[in-house]
Amino acid sequence: MFDIFRIVENRRYYFLISLVFIVLGVAAMVYNVITLPTHTPWKLGVDFLPGNRFELRFTQPISEDQIRQVFQQFGITNPSVTRLGDPAENTWQVRTTFIEGQRAQAIRNALAQVAPLDEARTQIQSVSPAVAAQVTQAAIVAIVIAAGAILLFIWLAFRKAEHALRYGVCAILALVHDILIAAGFTAIFSALFDWEIDALFLTAILTVLGFSIQDTIVVYDRIRENLVRYRHDTFEVIVTRSVLETLHRSLVISLTTILVMAALLLFGGASIKQFIAVMLIGLVSGTYSSIFVAVPLVVAWFERDLLGTRALRMAMAGR
Amino acid sequence: MRQSTIIRLIVIALITLIAAYLVAPLPKPEFVKSLLFWQEARARDLQLKQGLDLKGGLQVLLAADLPGGAAPTSDQMETARRIIEDRVSGLGVAEPIIQLQGEDRILVELPGVTDRNLAIDLIKQTGQLEFVDGGFAPPPDGSVISTTYRLYGGLRYPQSAAGGKPIDPARATVFTGTQRLWETAFTGEILASAEPSIDTVGRNIVNFAVRPQFQDVFRQFTSEKLNQALCIVLDGVVLSCPFIRAVLDTGGQISGNFTPEGARSLALVLNYGALPVPLKIETTRDIGATLGADSVQKSIVASVIALAALMLFLLLYYRLPGLLACFAIIFFTLTSLALFILLPVVLTLPGIAGFVLSVASAVDANVLVFERFKEELRAGRSLRAAVETAFQRAWPSIRDSNISVLITCFILFVFGSTFGASAVRGFAITLSLGVLTSLFTAMFVTRTFMRAVFYDRAESISNPRLLIGVQAA
Repeated sequence: MFDIFRIVENRRYYFLISLVFIVLGVAAMVYNVITLPTHTPWKLGVDFLPGNRFELRFTQPISEDQIRQVFQQFGITNPSVTRLGDPAENTWQVRTTFIEGQRAQAIRNALAQVAPLDEARTQIQSVSPAVAAQVTQAAIVAIVIAAGAILLFIWLAFRKAEHALRYGVCAILALVHDILIAAGFTAIFSALFDWEIDALFLTAILTVLGFSIQDTIVVYDRIRENLVRYRHDTFEVIVTRSVLETLHRSLVISLTTILVMAALLLFGGASIKQFIAVMLIGLVSGTYSSIFVAVPLVVAWFERDLLGTRALRMAMAGR
Repeated sequence: MRQSTIIRLIVIALITLIAAYLVAPLPKPEFVKSLLFWQEARARDLQLKQGLDLKGGLQVLLAADLPGGAAPTSDQMETARRIIEDRVSGLGVAEPIIQLQGEDRILVELPGVTDRNLAIDLIKQTGQLEFVDGGFAPPPDGSVISTTYRLYGGLRYPQSAAGGKPIDPARATVFTGTQRLWETAFTGEILASAEPSIDTVGRNIVNFAVRPQFQDVFRQFTSEKLNQALCIVLDGVVLSCPFIRAVLDTGGQISGNFTPEGARSLALVLNYGALPVPLKIETTRDIGATLGADSVQKSIVASVIALAALMLFLLLYYRLPGLLACFAIIFFTLTSLALFILLPVVLTLPGIAGFVLSVASAVDANVLVFERFKEELRAGRSLRAAVETAFQRAWPSIRDSNISVLITCFILFVFGSTFGASAVRGFAITLSLGVLTSLFTAMFVTRTFMRAVFYDRAESISNPRLLIGVQAA
């Protein structure tokens, strides 16, 4: 009988769900690495891809060819030109290789002669190759350091419980799970809808990290409390009880987070939509993993039985 | 109601009133602004400060560009930063940001500047180094003087600089208006090199060498002006006025009461002109002002809708405690915004996102408490005991989970300071401030509200199921 509340016994099914999503995401990342010209898991935005990005808003209609011609005059033969938003807005994005400041300004002036520019809604960004590599490197270092610091903190906070370190390790595994899910979904959207990642993507991933741990700690904290209160029960029973006791809180928090994020998604500015979407996926995954990954993993470690199938196997063998 | 609860309610009311006054878009009298002694005097405007992405403007990331990729010292970078800051202040830009990023970068943000060339030239141009005839009574170090070269390119030895003109006797009056006009002898071009050193009696000095083609004029000048001062002037600011104690040609040494750092920075200026390190432009962004304004408008609308939806949910789900939580969240929002004004925090788009997330954190703390409260009631405790136990038992969860977020924020903040991703830093600041405020809100404000409502009211709450959603024992 499959009972939805037997979270710990049925851990293999929940692990399978996680695995499916992670595999999908990783597949998308691999697909992107193979197909994208940059050979990266995601389409890179201006923060990571050295080069220039022109966001141009014209006050009159202009064709893609006209824009290309202007860039041609400056010897830029193959810019990527895309329309942004509604055609009536006359807003275009042009990506090129790195252009020096004064030449970029000259291009802007030349464009303004073809069709007048709405100066207040136009922006140019240019990033030299060195920055992008350093940003990425610093981000990876930050994630590793944060994970390490949190592992230490949980170890410290749970020092009175048996195998305190295990809680920390499982919390970190749940965290890796959430980051993989958020990054994987971004890769899927990157392949399907041309999403580009920028510094905000890093911010989103780092936020997911913080909140994943927050959710996990709330559930672990209940286990810590119940371990003292119900000394005579088995570990598995205590853990299941703890998860069920915190289930209400988990659901309410998921709902409120989704409410807030949905409001930001629907009504917030276009520039933060992808950021919010990645964060929403990560936060939902964070709540899911605190219940269905972090906790079952601790039990699996305690029982030395990853999938919770030992009893089943023994029964089969006995027959 | 107990007396301590009444006092707490008064404290909460006072904080709310002050915060509401700060946040409300009312004109505020000067004396209120002058209370903010920790803020820079000219920035004390009691407004929420908006970052470049919201206000529009130009952002330039400069990186040290030393030959062979050598690393600059922190002294060099700090000197370069200060020089750029001085130049930018000449632009008249409101609230520019010039800060060091990591070990070899400088971030410059100029809100409202649209002419990127003007701003970029201003940053890149090397300062003008002059040697000025200081006479027997030279101007004090650090004073701003006007010189013939800065006025019309006038030089005593015009051959020492491209475009130099002879001193115009008609304009060589000693005073222009109220300010004395000093005579420029040469520009920095006559120098071949300079380096800090220590002389035989252990004083800090600067050794310098003169380019061969200028050694004749240098000898001529030093012999005529023996025992008078030769002032080293950068962009009109007097750096040092050493006296000429010997006739010099190939070079010499400058001594004074230098500290080791003083000697080193003077040598840097002599070598590189204004900027002690060559800088290259690594990243530029210019953001249209309206583009930012659109985002602000939308984010504000989105945040208000998010807050309203959140409160409606709490009210429906937790009823009377939910209503208390709504008040607590209004308190939280007002206090956080007031803190942003007081500190001050510069709001950016990610910063706003961080704030909205901290609202979620504030709600979480309340939810943890309310769930405990219901549990304790179901377990048969009285209302009063349930309130106290709920807060006691929920505290470790709230504390530990918020500490983990604070740890993450701290690492994000450090991470955001080490390179050009200042956006990440804005996020970390608002989120961590929000988390701290939410801790206070849950453990002080909500608790006081709960005590005020539930402590002595066991009998007067006639229908607990309707009000709390749980039948009390």
